Amino acid sequence: MARRAKGASEINAGSMADIAFLLLIFFLVTTTMDVDTGLARKLPPMPDEDIQQDDSQILAKNIYVVLVNSSDQLLVEGELMDISQLRAGARAFINNNGRDPELSENPQKAIISLQNDRGTSYNMYIQVQNELAAAYHELRDIRSLNKYGMKFNDLAKDKQKEIRKEYPQKISEAEPKNIGGE
Amino acid sequence: MSKFRKDNSKSTPGISTASLPDIVFMLLFFFMVTTVMRETTIMVKQSMPDATEIKKLEKKSLVSYIYIGAPVERMQGTYGTKARIQLNDAFATVDDIAQFITTERAARDEKEVPFMTTSIKADKDTRMGIVTDVKQELRKANALKLNYSTRKSVVQE
Repeated sequence: MARRAKGASEINAGSMADIAFLLLIFFLVTTTMDVDTGLARKLPPMPDEDIQQDDSQILAKNIYVVLVNSSDQLLVEGELMDISQLRAGARAFINNNGRDPELSENPQKAIISLQNDRGTSYNMYIQVQNELAAAYHELRDIRSLNKYGMKFNDLAKDKQKEIRKEYPQKISEAEPKNIGGE
Repeated sequence: MSKFRKDNSKSTPGISTASLPDIVFMLLFFFMVTTVMRETTIMVKQSMPDATEIKKLEKKSLVSYIYIGAPVERMQGTYGTKARIQLNDAFATVDDIAQFITTERAARDEKEVPFMTTSIKADKDTRMGIVTDVKQELRKANALKLNYSTRKSVVQE
């Protein structure tokens, strides 16, 4: 009775830590920290069946043909190439500016045409896409360093747009062939 | 001098654990906030290819996932070893994708539909044939924003 008069006795908080630990371990186990990352791409819209696209105006030298077969071999502009050389090759093609008559006239006109087989592995496809994206990225970086003294990713939105206009990423994907089988 | 030595005769007092719950709670809240529970059980093999030119996938609520790969080992008895498409919790065929995109769109606000992204989570051993079929279906469904899920490659030249 003497205790009551003083007020209700305090609840023992010693086990609070245990309960919190239990919850903590639960969340630790269920948590997935992986951030989803990937190559961002935009698909072309379905072509209108009524309108025939006129591709004849594109000069052959403005197209960089990249073919991948079902055994993951790379054929670039009619020649066998290793994936490690693709980046440099694509860069030389895009940034040619008419120097080599076989390559593109200027970066705005340069188109990379990519065609793969239905039997090409997804890994190879991603590697090719990655190398081509890297080629564009490097060129944009060089251009923005020259123009603004900053890397492309650090630029403001409107300046990025400007650079992107100078080096538009034109990767065209043709319908895959089915020669090697899946 | 004796004034200072007095304490040494006693044993050292134990460390107070009164602040332990606070620390633990702090950690607990951190994990509670950052945690994302897996909504789907992945039934296909998922080992992502590596890439360097990657972008973070933002606004996860606007992302719909398409999983492609060979069924995991315990499913191989029923579903074979050929690469398959998984939408939500079930295996699907290419024809189901249009329906899937429509459902995903209906679940979002109309204003957000143009910002919706489809993330293709394909196993690196998958053949391109099935991936291309999926891409064609996405084009037909006019879901043009695409993300090939990859990991960041560790080695950079």
